[in-house]
Amino acid sequence: MKFTLSWLKQHLDTEASVDDIGARLTMLGLEVESLEDPAKDLAGFTVAHVVEAVQHPNADRLRVCTVDAGGGDRLQVVCGAPNARAGLKVVLARPGTRIPVTGDVLKKGAIRGVESQGMMCSWRELGLGEDHEGIAELDPALPVGRPLTEVVSFDPVFDVSITPNRADCLGVRGIARDLAASGLGTLKPFEVKPVPARFPSPISVSLNFPREAADACPLFAGRYVRGVKNGESPQWLKDRLVAIGLRPISALVDITNYITYDMARPLHVFDADRLTGNVQARLARPGEKLLALNGKEYVLDETMTVIADDERVEGLAGVIGGEETGCTAETANVFIEAALFDPLRTAATGRKLEILSDARFRFERGVDPAFVVPAMEMATAMILELCGGEPSEPVIAGAAPDWHRVIGLRPQRVTSLGGVDLSTDAITGILTGLGCQVIPGADGTLMVEPPSWRGDLTAEHDLVEEVIRIHGYDNVPVATLPRAPMPRTVLTPTQRRGVAVRRGLAGRGMIETVTWSFTSSAFAPSFGGGKPDLALANPISSDLDVMRPSVLPNLIAAAGRNADRGAKDLALFEVGPQFDGGAEPGQQRQVVGGVRAGRTGPRHWNAPPRAVDAFDAKADALATIAAAGGNPDSLQVAADAPSWYHPGRSGSLKLGNKVVAWFGEVHPRVLKTMDVAGPLAAFEVFLDAIPLPKARPTKARPLLKASPFQPVERDFAFVVDATVPAATLIKAARDADKQLITEVSVFDLFEGPSLGEGRKSLAIAVTLQPTEKTLTDAEIEAVGQKIVAAVGKATGGTLRG
Amino acid sequence: MDKLETLRAELVAAVTAAADLAALDEVRVTALGKKGRVTELMKSLGGMSPEERKAAGAALNSLKDEVAAAIEARKAELEAAELDLRLARERVDVTLPARPEETGRIHPISQTMDEIVAIFGQMGFEVAEGPDIEDDFHNFTALNIPPEHPARSMHDTFFLPERADGSRLLLRTHTSPVQIRTMQTTKPPIRIIAPGRTYRCDSDMTHTPMFHQVEGLIIDKTTHFGHLKGCLIEFVRTYFEVDDVPVRFRPSFFPFTEPSAEVDIGCSRAGGELKIGPGGDWLEILGCGMVHPNVLRACGIDPDEYQGFAFGMGIERIAMLKYGIPDLRTFFESDLRWLKHYGFVPLDVPSLTGGLTR
Repeated sequence: MKFTLSWLKQHLDTEASVDDIGARLTMLGLEVESLEDPAKDLAGFTVAHVVEAVQHPNADRLRVCTVDAGGGDRLQVVCGAPNARAGLKVVLARPGTRIPVTGDVLKKGAIRGVESQGMMCSWRELGLGEDHEGIAELDPALPVGRPLTEVVSFDPVFDVSITPNRADCLGVRGIARDLAASGLGTLKPFEVKPVPARFPSPISVSLNFPREAADACPLFAGRYVRGVKNGESPQWLKDRLVAIGLRPISALVDITNYITYDMARPLHVFDADRLTGNVQARLARPGEKLLALNGKEYVLDETMTVIADDERVEGLAGVIGGEETGCTAETANVFIEAALFDPLRTAATGRKLEILSDARFRFERGVDPAFVVPAMEMATAMILELCGGEPSEPVIAGAAPDWHRVIGLRPQRVTSLGGVDLSTDAITGILTGLGCQVIPGADGTLMVEPPSWRGDLTAEHDLVEEVIRIHGYDNVPVATLPRAPMPRTVLTPTQRRGVAVRRGLAGRGMIETVTWSFTSSAFAPSFGGGKPDLALANPISSDLDVMRPSVLPNLIAAAGRNADRGAKDLALFEVGPQFDGGAEPGQQRQVVGGVRAGRTGPRHWNAPPRAVDAFDAKADALATIAAAGGNPDSLQVAADAPSWYHPGRSGSLKLGNKVVAWFGEVHPRVLKTMDVAGPLAAFEVFLDAIPLPKARPTKARPLLKASPFQPVERDFAFVVDATVPAATLIKAARDADKQLITEVSVFDLFEGPSLGEGRKSLAIAVTLQPTEKTLTDAEIEAVGQKIVAAVGKATGGTLRG
Repeated sequence: MDKLETLRAELVAAVTAAADLAALDEVRVTALGKKGRVTELMKSLGGMSPEERKAAGAALNSLKDEVAAAIEARKAELEAAELDLRLARERVDVTLPARPEETGRIHPISQTMDEIVAIFGQMGFEVAEGPDIEDDFHNFTALNIPPEHPARSMHDTFFLPERADGSRLLLRTHTSPVQIRTMQTTKPPIRIIAPGRTYRCDSDMTHTPMFHQVEGLIIDKTTHFGHLKGCLIEFVRTYFEVDDVPVRFRPSFFPFTEPSAEVDIGCSRAGGELKIGPGGDWLEILGCGMVHPNVLRACGIDPDEYQGFAFGMGIERIAMLKYGIPDLRTFFESDLRWLKHYGFVPLDVPSLTGGLTR
């Protein structure tokens, strides 16, 4: 919403500066988006008089002027403007003045050998328009020597952003009222006087709506004015419209635009001679067409309200007028329309037809229901004033809906909700300033009747807001939020493990990223997705059109993008939702996903890197589970990861039959689909599948039982069938003596022709930890035999000879 | 005695001349070994008279001790020389690079969320969560956003396909549905923050289709607008770590709060560099207000008894402002260079006592 200072001052009596008005508007919730004050940059410029202008001795196009700068000062100014001549009143800049359009500070100098003690400026050089034909020619009556800003008025332009609840501030008067209520001036009285009628209207008005759509247009006020002359608007009106970015068209059109911005009241003026018969408001018939004022043709439907004559639709109610009955230079007789239209219907129509207009913007937010007939009178008066003519009797159909309502306001609510202690008088003063009627009730409650233009005020809290808004949010004292003396743990165990997992994986050298919750429907099926109920109905682009069934496609794509930039070795992870179940709220799963690509590190003189593999992913998955508080030792490992993993180089980590994680190399076919080079190792850990640690009554740890006796390590190499899982062998060895054996590790894997086809050798190191006495050789030997027997039984393996 | 003297001189000379430990050992055997020359002389003592033996024995023992000492001294010398030689051989070029280790990073969004939790946690807010896929009721209706509100149009909201009953699920456009879910399941007093992913069908220089917000909600019987100001001023000053940053509450409008405000913080743009703090300029950072009675009613809470405030803040925005990250879109590009540059090392755990930021 734009307006100028002079326009505001037409409604507001104030001495406040432009900056003070701007600051107050923002603090009233009418946020100033821009404030252009041309005078701000014109501080050093004064009015001067050209006493003499003679030809420059060394340049054909230059003149040497003698300028009276006031106070007896005579300056010599060299000027190249074709209109520089004796007798002219000009805008003078002396050395040291900043020229707005260039930002340069003027210096004294010589031009082609003649000293120049100042500069006479064009409007363009002052930042005021594009006129650069010559220097600015001022009114000859202006006094010499006076600052330019004191004798010429420059109208600052405000652009404020109006929140959707403040329909009344889509007119200058509403803004002036808010400023006045806040103490920044006085609202000037404004009254619309009915214009006496000269004859009965030849056009009648009717409202033809089915009962269920009666609210589409409850009131229509029309008036016929004959014998108008539609020319250009007067300068003041054109200036105002231009200042706020509207193009002056003709007096009749400009009047409607003016009232729209002045009173937040859109209206329409028809060329009455182009109407056929009478005017009615009704619902459109399906398929009816309207050629609108914007030159486009619209096909209407039965949800839209139209203004029609006996023949056809002539306007889209509250949205846009029709081209066929618009006013032109030839218009001689007009019909004024001021009506009330249903905000919802207007908004829906505008949305459906994609028409943005000043009228729609106001009607869909709600116009003042009591300012229908007055608006018609105001328009009539302006038309008579600017275009002449004779008004008919008003024609009015329907009635304004009852907008009167009374809201109880307990003054203490301003304190208990608004946080500021104000007297009943102060509260009453503020509300009255906004146009409310305030009557003290019996128990101290104020009975408040909001004005017709404040349809947004419906309940007590609305009034509290108005009171503290006008009083000033800045003036509400800051109160400290009461709080417990010591902060408590605020994260749930589930939330805490999200934090632990992130920092744990980052500690392992992985880099956290955040990718979209969507992915491409081209990739989703490769990761178990592609269900139609998890596709977006209105995706932002075709590569982000479904909810991601897994974190991996986005991470793999990210790895590919980084590889394209030359970063082939990377380790990325993300903690976030995946949508692999139903679409219902809450069916998403919190997942930790990670990928490692390329090699384990840069080439190094001492520690050569290797290609990443399934065991990197397995380690990451186990570390994630441990960071989340799970026990990696309690997990079963199986080679049954889903199809997006390499079938021979991937596996699952399970608790019972619940999958806690998948890990492994990504299937080459999937990488090919995504056009990403491998190898690439990935994991997915499902945080919800990790049981939360049991709440314990004490945080004390079990007592440390450190054995005083040295542990003993013994190595065994078993030859087993190549298909025997290492885990089976390890478990068998470990379980051979649960008391003594504390650790079994695999330190060698060998497959070779010497063992025979389909055989492998697994070498394990077993740690025995005696607790009561040092083990004798015989005892160690006995445990060794138990291990060999247990492994043999479980795997068919024998000691390697 | 001359004979002994000659032997002493001879042996000591041999010890001194031993070039390495092996040679020295040879000298030791020659002198003090079982058949060594000194040992042989000792054996001869047996055939002497007691007086002779006493004198000769003393002289021989002295010779033996002296030679042994000389050997020990020489041995130490040779060992030191040998160690020096070995160490010289073992020299490495210490200017060679150490074995590589990768340090991971925490994404700025996670770090900022941790900071937010640390601050509001101190004020007694617990962390609540809600689903990314929402229904119309929780995202709009319960928040006093009527069906005709433009926010519901296709323009802003991502929808899932229409279901058999004509309804459509959607991606939450703000974290405010978590307010509703919390109020539906928790009895006041309530103090929560809810950080999370949010979605709007918008993509340009300053908008991404997914972004993060943190929601805050207090419901009790006494919290008023002054508390809202106090709480958020404390947050802003703690988060930006600028004690004197000006904070301004501007009246605004949201369907789910009344009175409503937008909050600006002071900044300066002197020299083209944005600095949070006093400086005459303002930056909008969040929206807030007292919870609208209709919202309380929708959650089954009596607005005549309970009241409170709510706020919502863009996490990327405050991260950009604090850490000088210029472009919103880069948060989601997974560019390794960006992640390493703007990410945080895992040991930078934000805490109010240990420091919010290193």
